[in-house]
Amino acid sequence: MSPHEGLAAGLATLLDAPVSGLSRLSGGASQETWAFDTMRDGAVTPLILRRAPPGAELRGNGNPGLAAEADLIRRVGAAGVPVPAVVAVLQPGDGLGEGFVMARLQGETLGRRIAAAHRPALAWQVGAALARIHAVDMAGAPELRCSQPLAEVAHQADWHARHGMVRPVFQLALRWLADHAPADVARPALVHGDFRNGNLMVDLQAEGGALVGVLDWELAYLGDPMADLGWLGVNSWRYGRHQRPVGGFGHWAQLFDGYRSAGGTVDEARVRWWQVLGSLRWGVICESMGHAWLSGAEPVMEKAAIGRRASEAEIDLLELLLPLAPAH
Amino acid sequence: MQDLPNPEQLLAAVARFLRDEAGPALARHGDNALAYQARVAANMVDTVARQTVQAPAADAAELRRLQVLLGLPGEADLATLNRRLADRIADGTLTSDQPGLAAHLWATTLAKLAVDQPAYDTFVRHQPAAAPNPP
Repeated sequence: MSPHEGLAAGLATLLDAPVSGLSRLSGGASQETWAFDTMRDGAVTPLILRRAPPGAELRGNGNPGLAAEADLIRRVGAAGVPVPAVVAVLQPGDGLGEGFVMARLQGETLGRRIAAAHRPALAWQVGAALARIHAVDMAGAPELRCSQPLAEVAHQADWHARHGMVRPVFQLALRWLADHAPADVARPALVHGDFRNGNLMVDLQAEGGALVGVLDWELAYLGDPMADLGWLGVNSWRYGRHQRPVGGFGHWAQLFDGYRSAGGTVDEARVRWWQVLGSLRWGVICESMGHAWLSGAEPVMEKAAIGRRASEAEIDLLELLLPLAPAH
Repeated sequence: MQDLPNPEQLLAAVARFLRDEAGPALARHGDNALAYQARVAANMVDTVARQTVQAPAADAAELRRLQVLLGLPGEADLATLNRRLADRIADGTLTSDQPGLAAHLWATTLAKLAVDQPAYDTFVRHQPAAAPNPP
């Protein structure tokens, strides 16, 4: 039996239903995403498996892990956030590694297509979903890392320093962020951690767009809820539609109105601070990929290309911190 | 003396092959992931071509600005000067209201993007001859 057939057989046992169409979607060495269908009572159910295969070493970068991710998705789903339903969580006895099976939703995830139009209803729904995430009761939840504004600046400074690349603009941003850091939040909330256009599944057929699912919970942590709003506003996720600051599809007022409608409180100064931190963070992420290629750790061509994208964070930081009048 | 085609022309030929022939052929073969990699490769070749043409003048201008800004007219190593600038910003001896600093950082950053991301919207918006934004 091939590993592929072995996985299909294992899933069929786990779900007590025939499995078909198993295909690998994406993932690195330590984490895989698979699509497949099961048949139950004559109906096809489209599913997704996210797993770390047996023996895979999970990168120790503060990720909560896949079992924790499944718990979070169930929690936010119960709180009214659109997410794929978790169907099963892998157990050690299954021999399939660590991970979970969830519903395969239908919708658009490509950021460029989502940003191609003004979608006021979507921006509002996204705001409401964020407020519900940030209000989730975390009693009894798996332990997540906790981070606060100033600690996050120190983290980015360290990470940047480890890459050994000299960037005066990043130093300017680190200085501004340290000088303007908001106070630690008294009650850290659940923060998605990678809430951006690209991790949202959207029904583009619905009038004004409709949020189908919030994906990719692997970077969730406890901290300042405004971090998610600021990250969503980073220019790189606008796909060239800078006049629509929320993911290229909406405006701040629409996002904030949706956030308040679901009981959230917006602190616009904090959102702006996290937007600056987010631009820097994206730049350091790009740099880390270039560094991974330069060091030989990840000899994948695209990593080298993304390394050169750190410059887009530099120009966005300049526009935020030292704005010039546009030349036209 | 080397023969034609010159390096710039050779790179243009490679980029065109990757973008117009290899990529579409891979896509027809059903391998969209590899077709995407071919486009990434074509863009990288274009970056190399632009850097070859633009970097000498851009680096020379950056060097002159840094020598003035840092008061180090005798230091001719661009990497050393950039490290000094980054250190002075980090330790607070150079702040953003220092005359010439904003202009230097903008000029340097625009020169970078002109090489590695000339289609990035923030760069395009800061070009003198930029086309108006789409509605």
